[in-house]
Amino acid sequence: MEVFLQTLVAGILKGGLYGLIGIGMSLIMGVMGIINLAHGQLMMVAMYVTFVLSHYLGIDPYISLFVSMPALFFLGVVIQKYTLNPLMEVDSILPENQVLMTVGIGMVLTEIARFIFTSDYKSVQTNYSDATFYLGEISFSVALVIAFCIAIGFTLFMFWFLLKTDIGRSIRATAQDKDAALLMGVNSKRITVITFGLGSALVAAAGTVLMPIYYLFPDIGGPFTRKAFVITILGGLGSTVGAIFGGLTLGLAEAFGATYIGMAYDDMIGLLIFILVLLFLPGGFKRLTKI
Amino acid sequence: MKKFMPLILLIILIIFPLVIQNAYYQHLMILVFIWVAIGSGWNVIAGFTGQVSFGDAAFFGTGAYTAGLLAHHFQISAWWGMAFGGIMAMAVAFPFGWICFRLRGAYFALASLALNEVCRHIATIAEPLTQGMVGILIMPTFVSKIPYYYIAFVLAVISVVFVQVVMQSKWGYYFLSIREDQDAAESLGIDTHRYKMVSLNIAAFLTGMAGALFMNYMGFIDPEVVFSLHDISIMAILVGIVGGVGTIYGPAVGAFVMVGVHEFFRTGFFGFFKGMAALTGSDFLNVAAKYISHAHVLGFGILVVLVILYLPNGIVGDWNKLIGRFFSITKKEAAT
Repeated sequence: MEVFLQTLVAGILKGGLYGLIGIGMSLIMGVMGIINLAHGQLMMVAMYVTFVLSHYLGIDPYISLFVSMPALFFLGVVIQKYTLNPLMEVDSILPENQVLMTVGIGMVLTEIARFIFTSDYKSVQTNYSDATFYLGEISFSVALVIAFCIAIGFTLFMFWFLLKTDIGRSIRATAQDKDAALLMGVNSKRITVITFGLGSALVAAAGTVLMPIYYLFPDIGGPFTRKAFVITILGGLGSTVGAIFGGLTLGLAEAFGATYIGMAYDDMIGLLIFILVLLFLPGGFKRLTKI
Repeated sequence: MKKFMPLILLIILIIFPLVIQNAYYQHLMILVFIWVAIGSGWNVIAGFTGQVSFGDAAFFGTGAYTAGLLAHHFQISAWWGMAFGGIMAMAVAFPFGWICFRLRGAYFALASLALNEVCRHIATIAEPLTQGMVGILIMPTFVSKIPYYYIAFVLAVISVVFVQVVMQSKWGYYFLSIREDQDAAESLGIDTHRYKMVSLNIAAFLTGMAGALFMNYMGFIDPEVVFSLHDISIMAILVGIVGGVGTIYGPAVGAFVMVGVHEFFRTGFFGFFKGMAALTGSDFLNVAAKYISHAHVLGFGILVVLVILYLPNGIVGDWNKLIGRFFSITKKEAAT
């Protein structure tokens, strides 16, 4: 029972972070209709930003959120404006050119990181990295709990932003119907740029709060891109609420899989869920919640 | 003239190893032929049917492992893998396509990426069968590269001709109609799911055969080599895109260019930097040479970005545009 509860807690905490990663991907997915295969790589960049700030300047990883998020927002804006948007006008046979482009961008980001930082594993050591506290018999990692709270905070903020602000409404309008939004006077090109920036900033937040408990190397982006993809499929394409549930489900599944099946199957479990969802619930959780 | 071009090219390629004895260039040409087969396979599913696959390495690796495991466990000549490798790759492609062709466009692309990862994990974890990361080593059959050259050459020619035959048959038109508009194709009574499966299986078969040949030729495989996302799956996409998506000869051109580019980066611009460093005795150039030889993936990434932006239909597909641009530039220069 203790093991079960411990696994449950670990899964939920991890799931909150996955949700944050998934929301960014879902937003981009909804507005532009493409999957951003450089998502994990953007997270990797944010993690390196955090690492540099912490290692060379001694800045606390949580404070470096204020640097890494704007930096990644800017990077996302540049990527969208100068590489993805021009593609809309390019006449080509394959409609998936934008997806291929994000793969290319992901490769470039990974290799640039490898150039600068080599392939060595890096980590940020803080005095709370290994700290834990106990509730009853169950241990909580302090850093993971803080990360979870920050992730929930950003998720709530995103909801407020999407529901109440002008830009948020424009984003939702563009996601629902691009042409209609354009007719209503929404500058959809600007919205795509902002959305990509926001998605990047959100995944940057996830990467930064993960930094105290995780290790870092240039290829870390790939697995997270795949996780984000599984979350997005689980939650239903382009659904923000779905992304949160998708993230939680994946976090729980991974935690239980690691406890009861074996650590080596960590990645396989996500992919197995992915196939099961495709078979039995095509459309993901969006179909159940209708939001 | 244009009619005889393929024939002339064939004759040149047949006498190539007899004229050029250098093993290095023969090796490069063998790689080009293997990539022609893989690129043709990718082109069938992605270029003609419009279902972009990021998982070619899954089929490639399955083919390679089939050949390797036959030789390793049963002492059967790995050349049997050429036949069984293609079939085993189809055995992987069939259930995968059955499930994942519910997805369209980009989602299918991602599912195939997942397939790639699953296969690599299985090959790594199933140690009793595949020896995991240790890999499989078999004895090469021939010492000389010339037999391999001709076998690879035949495989490349067969794949190009096969794709051409398929694309001129009824299947080919079905594939194109699915690419152009899946819903319209369905409403005309084409069983899109079935023909996507056919297309995927053709791709898997060609790629699997290429994988088996790779095993025979290289003599050593491990999961990181044959199930590599960057070196196999992305390279297959690049071969297809650089050469020309949805053209018969595109993959052949693309394979030639991409193997060239790969070597170009791997050898540090064909030893240019190293030579310069030795000449000038500059440490900086020496370091640069070392970095550049590590940077082939970066080069690939930049190439993906540039090709998609400026040459979306590849060298063969945009040939007229390329020629037009080139000539208009020279004309302008002549005018000024």
